[in-house]
Amino acid sequence: MSRKIRVLIAKPGLDGHDRGAKVVARALRDAGMEVIYTGLHQTPEMIVETAVQEDVDVIGLSLLSGAHMTLFTDVISLLKEKGMEDVIVVGGGIIPDEDIPKLKKIGVAEIFGPGTLVEDIVSFIEKHVKREDR
Amino acid sequence: MKEEIVSKVLEGDSRAIARMITLVENHSKEASSLMKEIHRYTGSAHIIGVTGVMGSGKSTLIAELTRLYRKNGKKVGIIAIDPTSPFSGGALLGDRVRMTELILDKEVFIRSMGTRGMLGGLAGAVYDVVEILDASGKDVILVETVGVGQAEVDIIKIADTTVVVIVPGLGDSVQTMKAGVMEIADIYVVNKADHPGIDQTVMEIENLVELSSNPNTPIIKTIAKTGEGVSDLLEAISQHQKYLETEGELEEKRKIRYEAELIEIIRNHLLDMIYDESIVKQRIDTIVDRILSKETDPYTAAEEILGRILK
Repeated sequence: MSRKIRVLIAKPGLDGHDRGAKVVARALRDAGMEVIYTGLHQTPEMIVETAVQEDVDVIGLSLLSGAHMTLFTDVISLLKEKGMEDVIVVGGGIIPDEDIPKLKKIGVAEIFGPGTLVEDIVSFIEKHVKREDR
Repeated sequence: MKEEIVSKVLEGDSRAIARMITLVENHSKEASSLMKEIHRYTGSAHIIGVTGVMGSGKSTLIAELTRLYRKNGKKVGIIAIDPTSPFSGGALLGDRVRMTELILDKEVFIRSMGTRGMLGGLAGAVYDVVEILDASGKDVILVETVGVGQAEVDIIKIADTTVVVIVPGLGDSVQTMKAGVMEIADIYVVNKADHPGIDQTVMEIENLVELSSNPNTPIIKTIAKTGEGVSDLLEAISQHQKYLETEGELEEKRKIRYEAELIEIIRNHLLDMIYDESIVKQRIDTIVDRILSKETDPYTAAEEILGRILK
């Protein structure tokens, strides 16, 4: 039987704007993925522990609070600590262009800002998740 | 690799448990040999099924129950099942939203599952996942079904104790007289007890229980959101557990589970064989066309396919 891509959609930090996250979650569901949605105000520790237990292939972080540098860095270093470097981390929300190269340097695979087509997010994930049976 | 996963699962290592669940969910090659290794380490966890209509408060109730179990020092596994789309094959698994404060507790393991084509309110690999969590040393395993309608009763094939969650305002008394979900409870919970219509709902369940084969079935009023009544539920569950153990009923429950699991494994093997059979795979469309044009019928076609595989 085929293996399904599992994606964690998480909202780190303190902002309460989850419309974008929900739109993306739904689009990924409609593309045949299993999407774990955790709700607002998740700390990096909570996000990474959820990723461990749910054994996800991808973490999508959505934030509009401006704290992306700190929070993305924390999530990625916690993943490394747990030996989960194979999990793809992508981001979305309000992230200034000049921060994108810095985020990619610390290991964020891609940033999807406002105006991104959900189809592009779906195909990015499908392309980057290794499809072999684990 | 295999020995490593098994020994780590037995130690309760979250990462290994999570990986093993993925392997069984995806029917991967290693899954069956791993499952064979752990069976002898299972049997000590108490398995509690929580079922009820969508929006009845199952996830919130489970979060509250877990909090109390943790206070008593019990290790808890939670399996939260949500429906897989029959169209896209995708699923939105959102039960964790209500369980946020349990995430960082090392002795709580939560796994969200999509039904992946299973009917009956459960997920395909749920029997295996229960065994994995049991072997990993959890004392209590809470299985949350999808939000059910009237007929999704498969939870009784897994659970030692089945809790049916009802909320006020879902219809008249005839609804509680119907067959199916309203017959499977070891414990009834009437949740959202702060909502109007609560007394009417409790009375209807009381009438139902009085006339049933088990007139002592407890009915517990709760407000899951505030935790009110949840300790009564915990007490009712442990009473039921004691009853199962002293009356020898636990063994009966476990036999039902293993029989259901056995049939599930055989069914999956057969389906895999049918889909792997290249002749069938190529011809399934043409067979359907022949049924459509009345050249053959579904029964004859099924016999042909099975005959080819089982010969």
